[in-house]
Amino acid sequence: MSQAAPILLLVNGQEHAVAMSEDTPLLWALRESLQLMGTRFGCGMALCGACTVHVDGVPARACVTPIGTLAGRTITTIEGLQGGVVDVVRAAWVDADVPQCGYCQSGQVMATMALLQQHPTPTDADIDAALVGNICRCGTYPRIRAAIHAAAQQLAAAAISAPVPDSASTPTSVPASPPPSSTP
Amino acid sequence: MRRRAFLLAGLGTGGALFLGWTLLPPRQRLRGQHTPDIPVGSGTVALNGWLTIAPDDTVTIVAPKAEMGQGIHTALAMLVAEELDCDWQQVRVCHSPIDRIYGNVAALVDGLPIHPDQADAPLARGVRWLTAKVAREVGVMMTGGSSSVRDCWMVARQAGATAREALLSAAAEQTGVPIAECRTERGVVVCGTQRLCYGSLAAAALRQRPSRVVLKLPSQFTRIGMPTRRLDAREKVEGAPLYGIDVSLPGMLYAAVTLPPVLGSRPLHFDQQAAMARPGVRAVVSLEGTRYGDPPGVAIIAESWWQARQALSALAIEWSPSPHAALSSDGIMTTLREQALHGDGFAFRRSGDAETIVNTPGARVVESLYEAPYLAHAAMEPINATARITRDQADIWVGTQVPGFTRDAVAHVTAIDPSRITVHQHQLGGAFGRRLEADYAAQVAMIARAIPGVPVQVIWTREDDMRADFYRPAAATRFRAALSPTGNVRALVVQSASQAPFKALSQRVGFLPTMRGPDRTTAEGTWDQPYEFPAVHATHAEVTLPVPVGSWRSVGHSHQAFFLESFIDELAQQAGQDPLTYRLALLARHPRAAMVLRRATDAAGWNTPIARTNDGTLRARGLALHWSFGSYVAQVAEVSIDSAQQSRVHRIVSAIDCGLVVNPSGVTQQVESAIIYGLSAALHGAITIENGRVQQGNFHEYRPLRINECPVIETHLITSTEPPSGAGEVALPPVAPAVGNAIAVLIGRRLRQLPLRLSASGERA
Repeated sequence: MSQAAPILLLVNGQEHAVAMSEDTPLLWALRESLQLMGTRFGCGMALCGACTVHVDGVPARACVTPIGTLAGRTITTIEGLQGGVVDVVRAAWVDADVPQCGYCQSGQVMATMALLQQHPTPTDADIDAALVGNICRCGTYPRIRAAIHAAAQQLAAAAISAPVPDSASTPTSVPASPPPSSTP
Repeated sequence: MRRRAFLLAGLGTGGALFLGWTLLPPRQRLRGQHTPDIPVGSGTVALNGWLTIAPDDTVTIVAPKAEMGQGIHTALAMLVAEELDCDWQQVRVCHSPIDRIYGNVAALVDGLPIHPDQADAPLARGVRWLTAKVAREVGVMMTGGSSSVRDCWMVARQAGATAREALLSAAAEQTGVPIAECRTERGVVVCGTQRLCYGSLAAAALRQRPSRVVLKLPSQFTRIGMPTRRLDAREKVEGAPLYGIDVSLPGMLYAAVTLPPVLGSRPLHFDQQAAMARPGVRAVVSLEGTRYGDPPGVAIIAESWWQARQALSALAIEWSPSPHAALSSDGIMTTLREQALHGDGFAFRRSGDAETIVNTPGARVVESLYEAPYLAHAAMEPINATARITRDQADIWVGTQVPGFTRDAVAHVTAIDPSRITVHQHQLGGAFGRRLEADYAAQVAMIARAIPGVPVQVIWTREDDMRADFYRPAAATRFRAALSPTGNVRALVVQSASQAPFKALSQRVGFLPTMRGPDRTTAEGTWDQPYEFPAVHATHAEVTLPVPVGSWRSVGHSHQAFFLESFIDELAQQAGQDPLTYRLALLARHPRAAMVLRRATDAAGWNTPIARTNDGTLRARGLALHWSFGSYVAQVAEVSIDSAQQSRVHRIVSAIDCGLVVNPSGVTQQVESAIIYGLSAALHGAITIENGRVQQGNFHEYRPLRINECPVIETHLITSTEPPSGAGEVALPPVAPAVGNAIAVLIGRRLRQLPLRLSASGERA
């Protein structure tokens, strides 16, 4: 292998040296090198959202994001979500019996976390806009919608302010992101 | 003469053996030869083939059915737990090993071409009984045909009840309290003042042989019938590594494949050296293709999947000319139309002399021809498998609906004895019938044996998955109805044509390899419905075409329901009747069908005016009813057409009668699932072929429904004491006709082709 120096990736608060070429999509680095299997391969063309992660807090499709473009960026996967908001979102998902096969659900949750940061009490149109890129073949859409509304209501009622960083604990080698402002 | 006498003697012996076999009790399904995986030294005990109990009181249900989203693990756990009387919080589920006791009996009985109204006739009962008995002997493990709850309804409860009796008996023995005075209470045996946890009794219970086990009456159920959340929801929202594609083994390599761009071609030459020179590449494997349906091609094994994928282009494959290079969907549809009209069809139903009535000169006849395209399964998890092959041993890690056929496929390729092949079953990221095939097992075996002893994971791209599928067959069906002067049907003649998906699957996996009889899955949905017409003749012409076909959620029902239920609306219009009134009049002797119709239409406000959409466009309702897999579903769709001439489905109200409901939450989930899967197909779904190439490759070309197109869904479950029937597929067939019937109201003309496209480009005249 004609490998150059390993590429450093900051994933879920930890720095990892990845011995893959810089054109390798982040998806394969996460799954093969970091053994983070929750980010899933669905289409390879940013069409289905199964591989949704957050890069600097913004949803990105790992299947079309070369790792060479990620130096100094903060990457969060489904395994790295922490804090009050994601706890409420996951509980809402379980309560509403959302998942079926479950393969797309990591991406659905990642998209929802970003949505709730932007729109703490999203309308149906907000939900459509934020999740239109996430395909579910089992047809969990009505329950996803219900779970998002339920989570938003609970978060509002519990006054867990929405802009909680959904990334992992404070990264070690980048400027600190805003501290968590919530208590679970 | 001597030869004849010999044959007769042989027949006599065979007949005597056969008679003797029929008198034996049916083969039991509680205890198998292969025990579930139990960690050595854990103290965990398998009380039978369906459950284990650990010292910490954890009860693990051993599920012979694949969890592919349909929630079957939760439902099976409910069946066992109901009778075992364990603590639900302590229940876990694992996949079972391969064993004859887990063979699917219900699906085989269902595959018989017997009309539901005749299922209890003496001859039909005999044939069903015999098929069930044979199925127990053969023991084919299969998750499909909406059969899982029906298949396990008795045996899973018997397993729980037998284990409970054994625990009671062990507790009585330990405490000296008479067993009649012992009882169970959520994972504890109570003997007088003493309370013994199941975990502490399991080892002793293993020695007990309960003689008489009585199942609860439905009125005694405390868990069955209770809405119960899925046991696997939590790990699925945490991104847990549950699927075949998530398997990771030390030293594992990855493979990507190139499959033929044109159906029927194969690699002639490729540049192995150039591919081997690419970074990370460890092997280049020529794929021959097997009878399991895996196409010929080339695989590259590399240290990472991306390296393997990137190296494929270096192969510069020269493909052979294909005999199917001129194949096109237009030509196929022409063939199917001709075959529907003039083909030699098998008569699935003949009651009265329908042909004669329809062909009588001067008869008032309504005639329509309907068509449907091929469809891909497009499960979210692309096809993948992992295998490690040594000289005389093989392991395969997969998500499969057919673990036994998967093992057979590995044995077929490697010549390793099946007893030395282990299938590690994982959850499936969707399947919908695609993983009833074993093509990817044969392929991974062929690839992994190139580097013996090293695990290799093959992952298909979405394009591979979509272009090397076993498609829902394209189909054409012609209806002719002879009407009375008042518009009532006097006779109905149905002629359909398509490839035979079950026959194709059976041949590939070696199950009934020489099936000659009719393939029920071709024509189901036309001749087996509850409508009471005075005379019916329903035939199907099987067509042979080079496009691979297989089982796609609800199989024949998926398109035949659209055809028939659209035509029923056409007939109602001819009779000048409301579609609901018209249907009810045809269901006088089918109260369950009438009941779902009434429930769905009442809930949808069928006889009330319908509001316009927010932007002022008209909405209309459409209705459909369908029987499949033993269950009845009626649906009402509310549809509008937007300014871009796109139909928009706002709301779907369903009523379902699937017998006794084990998990109302699970059934409701499956109704929603089937509606959305069916709507994807009804509104957008088509796999087309041009010059022998499948034209669609990814989700921009084969569009699944997205959240912004998803209607409001309301589901009503009919309370029933009938035995449970199918749930996973049964809400799919009525979706397309309900939407199509609403569109016909809106535009004043009938769309007779799927998908339901309003623009001229999508329609043939």
